[in-house]
Amino acid sequence: MAAILEARGLWKSFGDFDALKGVDFTLNAGELVFVIGPSGSGKSTMLRCFNRLEEPTDGSVMFEGVDLMNRSVDINLMRRRLGMVFQQFNLYPHLTARDNVTLALRKVLGKSRAEANEIAEAMLDRVGLGDKADSHPGALSGGQQQRVAIARALALEPSVMLFDEPTSALDPELVGSVLQVMQQLREAGMTMVVVSHEMRFARAAADRVIFMADGEILEEGTPDKIFGAPEHARTREFMQEIGQ
Amino acid sequence: MEMLIYNFFNFEIMAEAFPLLLRGAGQTLLLCAAVIPLGLLGGLIVALAARTRRRVLRYAVIAFIDLFRAVPPLVLLIFVYAGLPFAGLDISPFAAVCIAFLLNNSAYFAEIFRAGIESIGAGQTEAARSTGLGRLQTMAYVVLPQATRNVLPDLLSNSIEVVKLTSIASVVSFQELLYSADMARSLTYNSSPLVMAAAMYLVLLWPVVRILSRMEHRVGQ
Amino acid sequence: MSTAPEAGTWAHFIETFFRPDLIDQYAGAIGKGVIVTCEIAVLVVICGLALGMLLAIVRAYRIRALSLIIVGLVDLLRSLPPLVIILLLYFGLPTVGLTLSGFFVLWLVLTLVLAAFAEEIFWAGILSVRKGQWEAARSTGLGFNQCLIYVVVPQAIRMTVAPLTNRTIAITKNTALGTVIGVGEILNEASTAQSFSGSATPLMMGAIAYILLFIPVVIVGRWIETRFQWRRA
Repeated sequence: MAAILEARGLWKSFGDFDALKGVDFTLNAGELVFVIGPSGSGKSTMLRCFNRLEEPTDGSVMFEGVDLMNRSVDINLMRRRLGMVFQQFNLYPHLTARDNVTLALRKVLGKSRAEANEIAEAMLDRVGLGDKADSHPGALSGGQQQRVAIARALALEPSVMLFDEPTSALDPELVGSVLQVMQQLREAGMTMVVVSHEMRFARAAADRVIFMADGEILEEGTPDKIFGAPEHARTREFMQEIGQ
Repeated sequence: MEMLIYNFFNFEIMAEAFPLLLRGAGQTLLLCAAVIPLGLLGGLIVALAARTRRRVLRYAVIAFIDLFRAVPPLVLLIFVYAGLPFAGLDISPFAAVCIAFLLNNSAYFAEIFRAGIESIGAGQTEAARSTGLGRLQTMAYVVLPQATRNVLPDLLSNSIEVVKLTSIASVVSFQELLYSADMARSLTYNSSPLVMAAAMYLVLLWPVVRILSRMEHRVGQ
Repeated sequence: MSTAPEAGTWAHFIETFFRPDLIDQYAGAIGKGVIVTCEIAVLVVICGLALGMLLAIVRAYRIRALSLIIVGLVDLLRSLPPLVIILLLYFGLPTVGLTLSGFFVLWLVLTLVLAAFAEEIFWAGILSVRKGQWEAARSTGLGFNQCLIYVVVPQAIRMTVAPLTNRTIAITKNTALGTVIGVGEILNEASTAQSFSGSATPLMMGAIAYILLFIPVVIVGRWIETRFQWRRA
């Protein structure tokens, strides 16, 4: 398997606080990697360093053979290949679901409005919201909003999707619809990194699970290994706390 | 450049005009001390009246607010100052300014108080009433203190506007800061007194504007 | 006032404030004033809001020197009474060889004052757009400019419509200050007519003209205020 995303020695400081302390991370094409760990362990920061929403203090990120830290790289063109889904959805409240999806298609990829609309409607169909294209985010449930957000990222034909706690802000009964869409993506062969507390989904779908604490990767392996026989004491402690 | 300095930053003329302008500034402050409390009080009363259950009175109050928000303050002032004598009421410039400002400011302050009162949830009133407080007591001890705090930036902002607005009193020959400065200008044929007046307004208001700007940005977060 | 009935009677009130012959005589002049007031008001609103928006957008780039200049100008224009600036420009500039018409000075000063307030309001609006909106837009590859124009500014505008409307109305009413420097707007025409006729009727006509002009604006402003209670997502 070929590495599609490779981070080396990723370091991120916020003032005196080191959120990431030299993380090495490799993602292979077609893989679904789950990142777990206590809050404040640096999971989200790592994810956000991958597309430079957070500027790493030190280290390198290679994506599709391109060094993202190189100043001459057009980060905006790379970002659309790295789809991101946020905990708070971050849909644009002033735009309809359709226009939320088409904005980057038109402005980053330069597609015509008609072409962008066609793509948007196909994407919204794919996440089960074909009939909500004209709704504004305020009129959608949390689960629907998050699925629009997934459609927004998918429309740009990313090679990797980054999920930053996609279900944490959702009411329990709405989580299923979002996980279902993620499962479909998985089955279609999408490469994904998921930061989440949905352990059941991790067991069922992940190729690899990474446990992070205090800005470091402490342990990684198959779901069976991490959930069944964790080596590190911190991992065992964490599993106990969340009742796994 | 020299001409600019001579005409706008002429320290000789400024020094000469300074006592006159200082007296004017004193009158401006005096005027503010009269019209700001009057406007606040008037606005509060109007805002409370707007909450009456009697529909006719409520519409009358809203009509009052909209009417005096629609009329430019200077028009109101000239109307009061030049119009009332025709109706047999001779009034001093000071009284005219006070009347016009009371009408105009009450409308503006009332809108602010109204928004503040509306920002307090019904739960507060219900809780207070459930402990046996009366309607007025609830308003005075529970709703208004919270409402006022919520709209403090707006009250402050409007007060700044009122201070600036007192400059229109110069049009009806009330000898406040701008009147004094403009008099000095026409006597000396030099704009330096106006620049000095502007500087005085700046000294008075700039710190408040700065504070307000910080408050507004915090509220906006 | 030789034919004036007893003070305090209804007839006297009509005679003072609503003399039909004077209403006839000065309707034309007041009408001309209405047109001038409208012209200045429209120009001030368009230019002031556009300039204010532009300054707020410039400030979003957070270039220190530029931001400081903008904040300084805005503070200055928020601290000074418009009438002071009007007199300063109208009477001051000719002494250094720059003579501007009253109409131009009034337009310039009110535009700058509105721009200053609008900049503050827009800027507060831009700041209040949540960080997640920027991040979502950047994550789909939009650049800073695109993000600002397509995602942040539209939300900022919606959030600021209500305070902006109120401020715009308040500043537009300052067109009446033009009377002090001889701009032939409503108040000027009304005051002139009042001193020629020796009656308060033209003043009443002027006041009514303002009410007819601005009451709809105030009511629309009220409607906008309730319509745009913006829910943030």
